[in-house]
Amino acid sequence: MDLVTPSIGLVFWTSLAFICLLILLRKFAWKPILGAIHEREQSIDEALNKAELAKQEMARLTSQNQDLMQQARAERDEILKEAKTLKDGILNEAKKQAQVEGTKLIEKAKIEIENQKKAALAEVKDQVSSLSLEIAERVLRTQLDDKTKQEALVANLLKDVELN
Amino acid sequence: MDCNRVFVSKVKRLTVVFTLLIAFLSIKIDTFAQVDSAVVPVDSAVAESAHAVSGEHGAEANHGKEKFEPTKVIMEHIADSHMWHLWGHTSLPLPVILYTPNGLEIFSSANFHHGEHDYNGKYNNYRLEEDHIKVVAADGKVDEEASKSVLDFSITKNVAAMFVAILVILIVFISVASSYKKRVGKSPKGLQSFIEPIVIFVRDDIAKPNIGHKYAKFMPYLLTTFFFLLFNNLLGLVPIFPGSANVTGNIALTFVMALGTLIVVNINGNKYYWKHIFLPDVPFWLWPLMVVVEVVGVISKPFALMVRLFANMTAGHIIVLSLISLIFIFETLAIAPVSVAFVIFMDVLELLVAFLQAFIFTLLTALFIGMAVEEHH
Repeated sequence: MDLVTPSIGLVFWTSLAFICLLILLRKFAWKPILGAIHEREQSIDEALNKAELAKQEMARLTSQNQDLMQQARAERDEILKEAKTLKDGILNEAKKQAQVEGTKLIEKAKIEIENQKKAALAEVKDQVSSLSLEIAERVLRTQLDDKTKQEALVANLLKDVELN
Repeated sequence: MDCNRVFVSKVKRLTVVFTLLIAFLSIKIDTFAQVDSAVVPVDSAVAESAHAVSGEHGAEANHGKEKFEPTKVIMEHIADSHMWHLWGHTSLPLPVILYTPNGLEIFSSANFHHGEHDYNGKYNNYRLEEDHIKVVAADGKVDEEASKSVLDFSITKNVAAMFVAILVILIVFISVASSYKKRVGKSPKGLQSFIEPIVIFVRDDIAKPNIGHKYAKFMPYLLTTFFFLLFNNLLGLVPIFPGSANVTGNIALTFVMALGTLIVVNINGNKYYWKHIFLPDVPFWLWPLMVVVEVVGVISKPFALMVRLFANMTAGHIIVLSLISLIFIFETLAIAPVSVAFVIFMDVLELLVAFLQAFIFTLLTALFIGMAVEEHH
């Protein structure tokens, strides 16, 4: 029976000691310990969240980079294509122009040649006429030294005219 | 690999410790037997009247032609005492504080000389009878009436052991708290990393699931209860000073702890809790019955806590002491290895029980608080 009869002294001291322990530990132990644990848990959560965000940001940046790269590549291709067409255009144009110019030049040259030929022919004609005149003059002079021959010629000429 | 090496070395160390313990115990018993047989003839008068305070005293009584009474020895250990037995015939006297109708009396329990002498106090004469302080009347007989009026607030063995436990708790937790302040936001280290999982266990596995989101308010009470019981349970398992006191196996301590639970639960009970008790959801003619049942329930819950802790811890101490007593009952050393082997087994079991009982007490307290603060929608 003694075993299950709480003694007043032990009840008193236990109550006192437990209450003191509760107050002391609450102020000096539980508050800092639980606070620190809570804070650390929060900071760990925060760090994990941040890491997750950083990962997402990283993935976003990577995809963005890829997009940019692709875009740049496409742009480059386009520019290259454009340049090629431009070059071809210019080349064609130049060729055409050159052809046109060439034909023009040939044409001009032909005209010039024609002109030159004409001039040359005219000159030749002139010279031939003057030469023939001179020859004719000389021939006439030599033939018309005597009177008979002059008369014969005039008669001849007259004959021709009559014939006409 | 590394873990395995540590484990093997620990097992080796434990084996060595246990071997030494067994050796020590056998030598101790042997020498006491010799010393006692040498002392008894000279001291026979003392031996006859001596109280068997512990196992060694029991052995002494045995040699003094007195029958060894294991029940008496065990009960004396289980119960409280005004002396703290250290070893052999050495005891630590503890202060006696008596509240008499005339005023306070404070003196050392050494004045009783193990109950052999009366002490002439300021107001009365006192005698130590079966570790209870009684008032002695003028005719030399115990005055029961006067004894009842004297309240014993002595620092007994259990009180002193509890103070030791509290001191240990304060040192441990204040140092842990300071290491939290020193190492803000860093990982725990040393003692801190041993305590932190237990604190988190109390928070996440005891408080949160049972109390819910209002758990934070009750954390100091639950943690203090848990560690107070745990440290007292564990110190009770240590067979030498300053352990060995059966603090948590004392009904007075478990009574106070259960009373604490009762008060905390009922102070924090919300209107749903009180409505459940006084206006339960039953037909009105059942109210008289239900209210009585519910009120009994309010008392019986902490009562069960009180008895459970008391019975578990006391049972553990009784089993260990019974096994040790076997040596003295059979009066042979041959039984010692068997006894010690069983005691070691029991001690390991008690180690588990020490944690388990602290856990169960705290868990049920949290459960009752949770039932009291639960919101019904």
